Amino acid sequence: MREQPYEIVIGLEVHVQLRTRTKLFCRCSTEFGQPANTQTCPVCTGQPGSLPVMNRDAFQLSMKTALALHCQIPEFTRWDRKQYYYPDLPKGYQISQYDLPMSCDGWLEICDSQGVFDPKRVGIIRAHLEEDAGKSMHDETSGRADSRIDLNRTGTPLLEIVSQPDLRSAAEARAYLDELKLLLQYLDVSDCNMQEGSLRVDANVNLHLDEPGGVIATPIVEIKNLNSFRAVERALEYESQRQYEVWLEKGVKKGDIPKQTRGWDDQLEVTRAQRHKEESSDYRYFPDPDLVPVVVTPDEVERVRATVGELPAALRLRLQEEYDVSEYDANVIVNQGRDFVGYFVEVADASGDARRTSNWIQQEILRRLNELQMSIRQFPVTAAALAGLVKAIASGELDSSRGRDVFGRMFEHGESAAEAMQSLGIVSVDAGSLRSLCEGLLAENPRVVAEVKEGKQKAVGALIGQAKRLNPNVNPSEVREICLELIAQQ
Amino acid sequence: MKGCQVSLSLADVKKVAMLARLQLSDTELERMTHQLGQIVDYVNQLAELDTESVTPLSHAGELVNVFAEDKPRPGLSRAEVLSGAPKQDDECYRVPAVLGE
Amino acid sequence: MNLLAASATDLVRLLESGDVSSVDLTRVFLERIKSCDTAVHAFASVTQEAALAQARELDELRAGGKPVGKLAGVPVAVKDVLCTKGQLTTCGSRMLASYAPPYDATVITRLRAAGAVLLGKTNMDEFAMGSSTETSFHGPTENPWDRQRTPGGSSGGAAAAVAASMASLSVGSDTGGSIRQPAAFCGVVGLKPTYGRVSRYGLVAFASSLDQVGPLASTAEDVALLLEVIAGHDERDSTSADLPVPSYGELLSEPLQGLRIGIVESHFAEGLDGEIEESVRRAVAIYEQLGATVHPVELPHSRYAIATYYIIASCEASGNLARYDGAHYGHRTDEGRMLEELAEERRLLVESGDADGAEQLDGPLVRMYRRTRAEGFGDEVKRRIMLGTYALSAGYYDAYYLKALKVRRRIRDDFDAAFQQVDVIAGPVTPTPAFPLGERTDDPLSMYLGDLYTVSANLAGIPALSLPCGLTASGLPIALQLQAPPFEEARLLRAAHQFQGETDWHTRRPSLVEES
Ligand SMILES: [Mg+2]
Ligand SMILES: [Zn+2]
Repeated sequence: MREQPYEIVIGLEVHVQLRTRTKLFCRCSTEFGQPANTQTCPVCTGQPGSLPVMNRDAFQLSMKTALALHCQIPEFTRWDRKQYYYPDLPKGYQISQYDLPMSCDGWLEICDSQGVFDPKRVGIIRAHLEEDAGKSMHDETSGRADSRIDLNRTGTPLLEIVSQPDLRSAAEARAYLDELKLLLQYLDVSDCNMQEGSLRVDANVNLHLDEPGGVIATPIVEIKNLNSFRAVERALEYESQRQYEVWLEKGVKKGDIPKQTRGWDDQLEVTRAQRHKEESSDYRYFPDPDLVPVVVTPDEVERVRATVGELPAALRLRLQEEYDVSEYDANVIVNQGRDFVGYFVEVADASGDARRTSNWIQQEILRRLNELQMSIRQFPVTAAALAGLVKAIASGELDSSRGRDVFGRMFEHGESAAEAMQSLGIVSVDAGSLRSLCEGLLAENPRVVAEVKEGKQKAVGALIGQAKRLNPNVNPSEVREICLELIAQQ
Repeated sequence: MKGCQVSLSLADVKKVAMLARLQLSDTELERMTHQLGQIVDYVNQLAELDTESVTPLSHAGELVNVFAEDKPRPGLSRAEVLSGAPKQDDECYRVPAVLGE
Repeated sequence: MNLLAASATDLVRLLESGDVSSVDLTRVFLERIKSCDTAVHAFASVTQEAALAQARELDELRAGGKPVGKLAGVPVAVKDVLCTKGQLTTCGSRMLASYAPPYDATVITRLRAAGAVLLGKTNMDEFAMGSSTETSFHGPTENPWDRQRTPGGSSGGAAAAVAASMASLSVGSDTGGSIRQPAAFCGVVGLKPTYGRVSRYGLVAFASSLDQVGPLASTAEDVALLLEVIAGHDERDSTSADLPVPSYGELLSEPLQGLRIGIVESHFAEGLDGEIEESVRRAVAIYEQLGATVHPVELPHSRYAIATYYIIASCEASGNLARYDGAHYGHRTDEGRMLEELAEERRLLVESGDADGAEQLDGPLVRMYRRTRAEGFGDEVKRRIMLGTYALSAGYYDAYYLKALKVRRRIRDDFDAAFQQVDVIAGPVTPTPAFPLGERTDDPLSMYLGDLYTVSANLAGIPALSLPCGLTASGLPIALQLQAPPFEEARLLRAAHQFQGETDWHTRRPSLVEES
């Protein structure tokens, strides 16, 4: 890595759409992709007189997430109004949480198996619930610049997860996002689909410069409009360099100017200042009098904690300790998700050979899943079937290359290992006929015998191909062993 | 915390009018400054009360934990919801461009 | 029988016995409105066709022997602050001059289910902000007792409609006295229920933590009848109380023997009209004759109630009224003209070399918001939005809003302590009788100060009732206020009902009625 004359300081704000059937404060569906303004009611269109009622599941899902992030759950939490005018926000305020969020003070551990950075705990300042806004689309086809507003998304539950400014590189930021997304997927609290906007990221970034007289911080910039994790990395790289250049040119420090907001331009790969007026940051928060607070008992916290389940970090350790897979392999398996880990564990347990299972899964299965864009749940080779195959190979009944043929058959026809072997006519060759087959080969290939006797054991390889042609079911390593044994006896 | 004893200035009122998205003429701004000033002076009497140890009461009801189950209920048709809109195109609400804000 | 003078309870009996049909009764009231309301202007809109259709349907149900609700066929007027599906709901504001909500308020749903015939929507101060019904975009309502005077507000139309016999029952809303004060000025009974007793779903919000829907009628018995229909838990309102609704009507006659009545002496201090003081004290004496005992109590923080109220109500209102911005419903400024003017302003600034000014100019969307709101709201609404916005803005929250919430707790504590000693607190509703139209419109603070006896009940969330108890020498109604602990509406109604058994103030009608 290039040595930089500054340290990047990054904090991330992630907005996660929670996987509920209905919105946070009304019972409209949250289904994505419906025709504009067909999933609305008096509440989410902000009709006069309408009132919000809190979705129980949304609160449960956010509590589960907060607990998985090792957050504290305060006994008392309430809803505030964040007031600003925007046409995708029909009430003129967003119902959010301000000074008494439903969770705070947690952490998420990130690591990098390639060793680019050391494992670290990234602090979570808070995770709070709020409602999403609608969508505004710019339209110039009408001749005059108009915006079109769709309120289907208005009121969808969002969990806003705010990290401490603990991240020190774009790579760390990326690792944090990957790990957070994985965690959310394990918890099954969100579908985490970035294209559909169910996971959105804003980044706060500035630089710490070692100057004579102490460390100096540059003004904090919030980067918005980050549409992919890749964009987050690129934007952070760009923005840190830009801030450094601005520092060199102007020497403006943190505190000299108010926090700036910049938008990421994915095409041009630059961040651009977003014009906004000074007063727009005065949100005039106050407790929403239309809603009542939530009081959470310790019992309730424990009840939800019990539903969290085994999380990626713990699973990676367990795979290494109980299944003897490498750290790298454990990462690969765990990063595929909870179902994939379940598949691995089932195969490894049933076959009794975790290492071989790990190899098969990472080579054959991952490749096919990627090619077919398929989830492990849909995969035609069941865990029990794969365990049969691994067992057959481990016992020497099958060699690996023949194993791949069997696997192909299992995949195409949904057969068990035994069925596939039978379909392919694979029957184990008995010891007597294998021995006579080898004797015949040696008789026909005196040159090979001579070469082996001269010490060139490799020469026996030529016989294996011939043996397979005579009987495709022979096990190559057995052929090799018997031939060498017969030559030695000669 | 002590109450704010200073009455309002015209500049304060202008700023508040922007926050509240109200366009006020110069005469209205002046009258508003005067009238709000009187009201603010009046409500400033609360500052004389010591409320240091008092828990704020934002609701007389003091209910907690009111939830609804996550079950969809039919809402409004698009025609119903858009029928009251000052400007719409049968699919969406239309407003002056949101750009530049 | 004079159907216009009959109580709602009597009307229910007449309808049940078949002595009068719903359609005939509805016609009588619609006629009354036609002949009387050009003068009083109690209604913002009259839904004649819908009312007659409803009445016809009820008559058919009855003829077919089908079950009908508690209020089947009784003509009811509803304050124009409650949403009625597909029918104008203007809140007395230009902003909502042509707004027809896509849904019914829960109270409306309950009224319909009970068979009430909805005559129309009554006039009110704009967004329920005012104490005189003069801030309405539809123009003021006049007091049927003296048309030079206000009927009070903000439910002025609701009170005037009952006083002028244009509706048998009427539904209002009370945020700081908006049912009780107009009831007092118009000589009818008005009840502000406990916060959470009646659903707020579909009640266009002014100040969410203070607003309550409540009944107005000529008698306590009718108020009880209407409350029974509209009260009760609503899962669409998070602040609604999940408690059973008592049969208020059946509890009216329980003896008052031993009822402890509290009197706050400071309420009779300087500023209270002498005739009101006299009538209120006489009313208390009547309670003593009925077996009640009278005790002095103190509400030491009530002198801070107005300041507390105007901060909290304005802060909440500034948020609740942010939705009126011309984007999704209601009034929007003329966009074409707005854009032209904006372009002209920019041109002038650029020409004068003021690039900074041009840069600072509103964008089209912001200008649309600002003009829409400037045109759509009247002065009083603007003042309260400004006050609330100011009090919540950066640097002022603690000094105003948070401070007010703390004083609110003190005010509530005062009531809790007082109700340890007494069952109800009695006193005046207003410091003066109905005041002349226009008297206070240019002096907002003097208008606010008129609410000093009523706002505390809203801050504390307790039920309070306004009951006619006299007339001034010049013939204006005077009222007694009774306040009780949370959810003790039955106690208030019982006390009011038995007072009405001893007195005839509730049978008095303004001359306007007698003439016709
Ligand atoms: Mg947020
Ligand atoms: Zn909805």
